[in-house]
Amino acid sequence: MSEPLLSIRNMSKIFGGLVAVDDVSLEVRRGEVVGLLGDNGAGKSTLIKCVSGVYQAEEGEIVFEGAPVTFANPMDARRVGIETIYQDLALANNLDVGANIFLGREVKKRRLGGLMQTLDDKFMLKESRQTLDSLQIRFPTLTNPIEKLSGGQRQAVAIARAVYWDAKLMIMDEPTNNLGVPEQHKVLELIRTLKDRGVPVILITHVLPDAFAVTDRVIVMHRGRKVTEKITAQTNAGELVQYMVGAREDAAA
Amino acid sequence: MTERASRLALSHAASPPGVLTPAQRAALFLSRIWAWVFLAAMVLFFVVAVPLTTGGSVNFLTVRNSQNILVAIIPVLLLGLGQTFVIIAAGIDLSVGWVMSLASVLSALALRGVFNSGVPLFPSVLVGLAAGVGGAAVVGFVNGVIIAKLKVPAFIVTLGTSFIVRGVAYLMSENTTVIGLPSGIRAYGNDALIYHIGGEGGGLYFLHRPEVSGELLRRMDIILPYPVVVTAFVVAWAMFLLHKTQFGRHTYAIGGSMDAAVRSGIPVDRHIIELYMLSAATSGVAGFLSTLRYTAGSAVIGDPLLLSSIAAVIIGGVSMFGGAGTVIGTVIGALIIAVLTTGLVMLNVDAFWQFIVVGAVVIVAVLIDQSRDLIMARAGGRVRR
Repeated sequence: MSEPLLSIRNMSKIFGGLVAVDDVSLEVRRGEVVGLLGDNGAGKSTLIKCVSGVYQAEEGEIVFEGAPVTFANPMDARRVGIETIYQDLALANNLDVGANIFLGREVKKRRLGGLMQTLDDKFMLKESRQTLDSLQIRFPTLTNPIEKLSGGQRQAVAIARAVYWDAKLMIMDEPTNNLGVPEQHKVLELIRTLKDRGVPVILITHVLPDAFAVTDRVIVMHRGRKVTEKITAQTNAGELVQYMVGAREDAAA
Repeated sequence: MTERASRLALSHAASPPGVLTPAQRAALFLSRIWAWVFLAAMVLFFVVAVPLTTGGSVNFLTVRNSQNILVAIIPVLLLGLGQTFVIIAAGIDLSVGWVMSLASVLSALALRGVFNSGVPLFPSVLVGLAAGVGGAAVVGFVNGVIIAKLKVPAFIVTLGTSFIVRGVAYLMSENTTVIGLPSGIRAYGNDALIYHIGGEGGGLYFLHRPEVSGELLRRMDIILPYPVVVTAFVVAWAMFLLHKTQFGRHTYAIGGSMDAAVRSGIPVDRHIIELYMLSAATSGVAGFLSTLRYTAGSAVIGDPLLLSSIAAVIIGGVSMFGGAGTVIGTVIGALIIAVLTTGLVMLNVDAFWQFIVVGAVVIVAVLIDQSRDLIMARAGGRVRR
């Protein structure tokens, strides 16, 4: 098996007296989708926020592409290629698709011999369209504010943004929440597309069918601890639920 | 789910969220362009009504009146331009009126001082401009820092600074008016690009005021006074800045979603500081131009203009929630107020009525904007969850 892209080693995060993440280790390899499962409050989101630079863990280390890394803020994590898509997506709903994909990293064109710079909207639109095409995402028009798009379509815009900026690892926090059934399928389809392109995905979810639909491996957390790690094809929903509610626990997990 | 069913579901997901009926489409279109339509309708009304009520002796659509309207909108428009940026970024600047006053006093003091120390007129005027705009920008900087870094609501910060600036302007002007300015600046504030005298013995004159008197002077039209030209440049620059540059894009992004802007790596704090400096600076230009126009600095000139400028911005379609609006909208908003005011005066309507009409237009403007959201929501509601 190839060398892991991301290794989390013995990570702990403590809030006051509460141990939110307790000595968790996990690895993610290129081209795999890892499900991070657990009930509310199991510590999934806290763990992931330590990886995306939102929180700083008290103990443990992160190794990315073979080198230890530390993230003081989310921008640090994005710079090395870890893109996290939260449920609120962090999109500006009043701007169009291109503006959102390039938000904060706009492409400019020099005018009057460099005297002033204007936005190169044409270029940004073209690049956005290519990225969306490569992900097989189709919108009727790209120049409307994205508030006119559906929840799943906006999810797709957030994914396209991460892909365009060369995400090496994508973390998605409950991406199918608040979506209609067809849209849920579209998002899962996109996760498969990412996997095919060699971009590994950590999928945080408490929806078991989603996990079985797209993941290669699942990791279950309960009360801050990792209670098991299974190959998705070698487990079943009943077993995972037992782990999720804390009725079972693997000693060596 | 079968392969076919999931395929169907996919194609369904990609279809646009909701389809508008033709009636909704028409309503939506009208709600977008209503300000233009309203302005045109109002002009038409006054074109017909003014000669009717005055027995044909006065016309609304004359060169002279059009120039009067252009001169009248200058301060409201300049205050509104900076405000447009600030409100699009979901802020508010209540200090613009008194900042304009301060700029008027500062530019007058600087101009007078420099000129009296022997500097020629034109450089003195430039120093006046720098003092007015620079002094205003300092106030904007203070506003921006307190709002962005100390996280005090913009409404409160700019309310506070407006009082402070008011006090400073009164103190500096020593009894509200700065006089004793070189008489030569009158030309800067009132002369025009083009002069036109119709009829016998008349003609076209460019860049200098013809030496005429009596009947000829009465027939002379002053076209495009310099302050109008300066304001036009500021408008063009503001349009460029808001709609064509990264600065403008970030302004919309901050107003649309502060959270998204921060997480996209936009330097939000710095941008907010720049926005309030911009707002103060355009007000500073307004103060400077008023000093040239009246050959005096005035500490009370800007105060009554604050609410008119916000009204112009709102009539122009800028959302008070941030994220939406255009520069041209604010120009139309300012024009609507000026045309209303001028037209009502020409109809001999009591001047107080203009407040009542402008107030009603502001509320109607917001109602129309909200109805647009309603139409959109209804159309989208079927698919969106």
